[in-house]
Amino acid sequence: MRSYSFRKLDNRIMISLAYAALIIALIPLASILIETVGRGLSAISFSLLFEEIPPLGQPGGGIGPAIQGTLIVVALASIMGIPIGVFSGIYLAEFRQSRLASVARFLNDVLTNVPSIVLGIFGWTLIVVVIGWSVIAGAIALAIMMIPIVTRTTEEAIKLVPITIREAAIALGVPQWKTTLTVVLGSAKKGIATGILLAVARISGETAPLLLTILGNRFWFSGFTQPTAALPLAIFNFSQSPFRTVDLPRAWGASLILIFIVLVINIIVRYATREKYG
Amino acid sequence: MSRHKKTQNFLSKLKTNPKKRFSGDSVFRTVVALIACNIFIILGLIIFKITQGSWLSIQTYGINFLWGTTWQPFPSNQNSPPIFGALPLIWGTLITSAIALLLGVPISLGIALALSEFAPKNFNYVISFFVELLAAIPSVIYGLWGILVLIPFLQNNVYPHLQAVLGFLPFFQGTIRGSSVLTGGIVLAIMIIPTVSAISRDVFAAVPNSQREAIIALGATRWEKARIVMSYGRSGVVGAVMLGLGRAVGETMAITMVIGNSFNMFTSLFEPGSTLASIVANEFTEASSPPVYISALMEVGLLLFALAIVVNASARLIIWRSTRKIKEVEMF
Repeated sequence: MRSYSFRKLDNRIMISLAYAALIIALIPLASILIETVGRGLSAISFSLLFEEIPPLGQPGGGIGPAIQGTLIVVALASIMGIPIGVFSGIYLAEFRQSRLASVARFLNDVLTNVPSIVLGIFGWTLIVVVIGWSVIAGAIALAIMMIPIVTRTTEEAIKLVPITIREAAIALGVPQWKTTLTVVLGSAKKGIATGILLAVARISGETAPLLLTILGNRFWFSGFTQPTAALPLAIFNFSQSPFRTVDLPRAWGASLILIFIVLVINIIVRYATREKYG
Repeated sequence: MSRHKKTQNFLSKLKTNPKKRFSGDSVFRTVVALIACNIFIILGLIIFKITQGSWLSIQTYGINFLWGTTWQPFPSNQNSPPIFGALPLIWGTLITSAIALLLGVPISLGIALALSEFAPKNFNYVISFFVELLAAIPSVIYGLWGILVLIPFLQNNVYPHLQAVLGFLPFFQGTIRGSSVLTGGIVLAIMIIPTVSAISRDVFAAVPNSQREAIIALGATRWEKARIVMSYGRSGVVGAVMLGLGRAVGETMAITMVIGNSFNMFTSLFEPGSTLASIVANEFTEASSPPVYISALMEVGLLLFALAIVVNASARLIIWRSTRKIKEVEMF
């Protein structure tokens, strides 16, 4: 048995190391937020938000098409991904004993972990080969990314609905499908909305799948079968530019907008779900 | 749960009523089941399309693709065919992931222990929010921050000292480059911290309190209590680490931006390199011809897909088994 004073010292050191780990992990977060806000704010202006993207190295202009492109691609991906995700989640939760559900649940976890660049290759082979670089290909890649997240969170949200509420509806003679669609979904809607928001936040920052599908040019949206610009791709392109003094401020401005979107969604989600943890 | 089953049984009895065979319920069930089957279609299509795309490369290079060390889409001699071998990419992926785990896992475990064992509860809530924010930041922003903030810092303040101290090892020799394998590994370490720490924290939180009470009753210090908690949740932690590995292997944008993108079998960590994911991001859009070039990149994607599936599936299996074990013990 080691001496008491040694054990006390050991205890002190190890606990301080655990807190030190916490601080070490928060340094990059603080650095990223401070740098993005600091360097991004000075780049943000009316023209940055609304004007067309100039060629690399040329002063003036903005990142308007990138903002527009991200909004369009994310909206289209959501239109495809959310209904599929929510209904799959309903199936997994409402018929959870069925064999199909347990296999689907496992594969859903598998799909969550497919690297995003692989989904980009998939979008490329499925759509780009046929109709060329296009908004629709990017939206499909992002929708595939979204489906497993929405499915999982919908399932969890529905599982939290108390059985008594369900029984009350059934006792009133409401058929099961109507119970699910009105009563159960009604009481789970907050949890489902949370999952959808998280999925939207996740896909709006995704770069790799878009790189292989919508390509990322400098122009305004010109149709669903045409390539378009997107915020993450704009950041990537600016960061690779040889004309650092002109293009890097734009990259930071675009990062600030992207980080703002993602943070706002995360804070809303945290606020909405706070009672679950408190 | 049994009550739920009873309700379900009751409902399924209603459903077998012959008059009600085409009731709304059975239609509803069929429709949602069909929608839920999207997952089979998506995964099946992904595997089919990517295998189909890489078939040309698989046929041309066979198993040699895995240990070839040359990547020449456009050979200098016009008449010789392009050559593709992925070993340096596999090497790059392995080494960057190993660095990420080596640096990220101890920090993540420290965070998980601080949050589950040492810190007061309300502090806990705020801090875990911040750690989770690390997971929410888009990968491309990590890349931008890596290029413009992290690389200058490491290159000027860290790497020279590292080389001065550990320079006798082959991994720390040669010219110091900012865009290097080591920088890639460090960025990945930061990116896996939220995943590994959140799951380890949940694993530690699932350790029954009776274990903690027992060791405290024996007069243990708080650290000794934490050690018991860790050894109890060991297999769950292994699962968390594997999930972190899965994230590191598949991470694309941030690593593409900081690793330097050169195709070589590096020995020094200060050399630039490439990973399976980074080469696809870097070369795919420019690889229009020859057709075998695209096909080789797709085979790289297929390798990445297979690697990610194996790593993640074993992680899930380990976590699932460890939580089941904890639940079984709790029953007694």
